[in-house]
Amino acid sequence: MDNEILKITNLKRIFRVGNEDVHALNGVTFSIERGEFVSIMGTSGSGKSTLLNILGCLDRPSAGEYCIDGVAVSTLSKKELSTLRNRKIGFVFQNYNLLARTTAIENVELPLMYNSQVSSKERRERAIEALVAVGLENRLMHMPNQMSGGQQQRVAIARALVNDPVILLADEATGNLDTRTSYEIMSLFQDLHDKGKTIAFVTHEPDIAVFTTRTIKLRDGNIIEDVPVEMQSAALALQNYKEFKI
Amino acid sequence: MNILSLIRIAIRALMRNKKRAGLTMLGIIIGIASVIAMVSLGQSSTLSVREQLSGMGSNMIMIMPARQMRGGVNMGSASAQSLDMRDLNALEQNTRYVANVSPLVNSSAQLVFGSNNHPGSIQGVAPSYLNIRMYKLESGIMFTDEDVKKYNKVCVIGKTVVENLFKNGENPIGQVVRFGSIPMKVIGVLEAKGQNQMGQDQDDVVLVPYTTVQKRFMAINHFNMLFASATSEEESEYAATEITYILRSNHKIAPGAEDDFEIRTQEELLTTMSSVTQLLTVLLAAIASISLIVGGIGIMNIMYVTVTERTKEIGLRMAIGAQNRDIMLQFLSESVILSLIGGLIGIILGLILSYLLSYVLKWPFVVSQTAILVSFLVCAATGIFFGWYPAKKAANMDPIAALRYE
Ligand SMILES: Nc1ncnc2c1ncn2[C@@H]1O[C@H](COP(=O)(O)OP(=O)(O)OP(=O)(O)O)[C@@H](O)[C@H]1O
Ligand SMILES: [Mg+2]
Repeated sequence: MDNEILKITNLKRIFRVGNEDVHALNGVTFSIERGEFVSIMGTSGSGKSTLLNILGCLDRPSAGEYCIDGVAVSTLSKKELSTLRNRKIGFVFQNYNLLARTTAIENVELPLMYNSQVSSKERRERAIEALVAVGLENRLMHMPNQMSGGQQQRVAIARALVNDPVILLADEATGNLDTRTSYEIMSLFQDLHDKGKTIAFVTHEPDIAVFTTRTIKLRDGNIIEDVPVEMQSAALALQNYKEFKI
Repeated sequence: MNILSLIRIAIRALMRNKKRAGLTMLGIIIGIASVIAMVSLGQSSTLSVREQLSGMGSNMIMIMPARQMRGGVNMGSASAQSLDMRDLNALEQNTRYVANVSPLVNSSAQLVFGSNNHPGSIQGVAPSYLNIRMYKLESGIMFTDEDVKKYNKVCVIGKTVVENLFKNGENPIGQVVRFGSIPMKVIGVLEAKGQNQMGQDQDDVVLVPYTTVQKRFMAINHFNMLFASATSEEESEYAATEITYILRSNHKIAPGAEDDFEIRTQEELLTTMSSVTQLLTVLLAAIASISLIVGGIGIMNIMYVTVTERTKEIGLRMAIGAQNRDIMLQFLSESVILSLIGGLIGIILGLILSYLLSYVLKWPFVVSQTAILVSFLVCAATGIFFGWYPAKKAANMDPIAALRYE
């Protein structure tokens, strides 16, 4: 029980479009333990992003319970939700969402700007630390438009890590990247996982899901499969890819 | 997020669109500059009115017949004949706070000298008139009580009259000028005084013994006005009271009845004039503040554009923990900084403008600290007021929708 990072019970999310109800999530129940690397799969429109938004406290469920790190989310005010996102959650998006014309280091510092307990000195130190952790120690002062897609995604991952969140949430984080760069990013996620990070990773590519430890499959807002995966090494896949394809 | 980083972020964001920020500021710049210039100019003109009025003699007192009502019809003060020789004598002899008294009898005539002529405004006065009105002689002499006694045909003329009659540069002193058909000898020329605040040329004047005007020009026995000067500026009010008392008893006005004359001290005139220019200042400032409002609307417009453009950024900031208040403050500080910088430039520009204008108009240059302070506050208020709704819009965005915005 102690190891449970998050737990959802009979979670529903209903969108009202015109006169019709769209059941994006139709009673989903699962929990994620500390140190898991979960891939959430499913066809387009199956509810993956909707689920992730709720896990990330950006959205509220229409029904059901959600507990993260021992906190029942449904009882929290909007302001408390903001603080919770700031302290406990790291987001990685498909399209990076870096601030344009802002250096890597300042992009990474951003979450800590909204945490008054972190001094500007500590903020800078932690940002550098996070950028080193994603292998960008040589790109601290680069602007997003001076970096490759893979590098930009690394900055985004560093930004998600900088507040030391209890869980990393990634929505199609490799969706915009080529195979090789995807492997690199997955290898980075595996490193983080090795260091003990809990990760929930939305993807619709099965050959990306093999780099995780567990797969939850959605269809039409229901879980149709929730199985452990024999994790393969992304670093190895990358090496093979380099040897045989190029 | 603390204020310092808010300001830094706002300035950064503005610097990214320098041209746009500059153009947006332009409205505020023009607004503030014109407010500052208008207020400064208004104050300069008030000051210059004060200077000119006290140049006329700040302890001067004017006494004129009251407007006469006949069957409810206002006959004007010119029709009244209540001031005469008896009043003059009384004021010359029985007063303590009155230093000088001079009657004024107006007339006009075509002045002719050789082939030149000029329509002259003739003022029949006593020699003390020079002191009362603070006229100075440039050359020649003033006529004397002797001239007054004998209705002598002598005159003292102002610069404008000299220029119009003596076009060949003759020395006017000793020359004989015809007033219509009456020949008059010029015995003095007044120093130039320039225009007064009402735009009247104070040098277009011909001073003549008042008896000469009364007997030779008009055939009347009354005066149009009396001019007096108090012993000092502070004692103007005492002098006015004294004059009132004497004239009332001279005219046998029953207690409770209204005066048949009017007394105006320079101090009153000063107050009236000042209130007129102050009203003008307020009006001008009001007109100028309209451009400030237009500038504010410009800011609002640009802030809406900025908020829409940065929807994705807003979504991201919310996702990583920014509260509505943080987003609100971020955009609010942008609009406030925009208008404050605009205001600062506007203030500098306005001061330069009013300096140049007062230089051209030969008015004293006044820096109004109140106007500067108020402008600055108004700028901050403009930034907050017109930035409020765009910032509110940003703060109320749904983070998911904002992140998805393309
Ligand atoms: N804001 C919304 N309003 C109405 N319907 C929505 C909204 N967001 C999602 N939906 C609906 O909910 C369902 C699930 O959407 P979701 O974005 O979670 O799919 P997904 O699994 O992430 O798909 P993809 O792989 O294409 O990203 C879809 O049918 C979608 O139309
Ligand atoms: Mg999706």
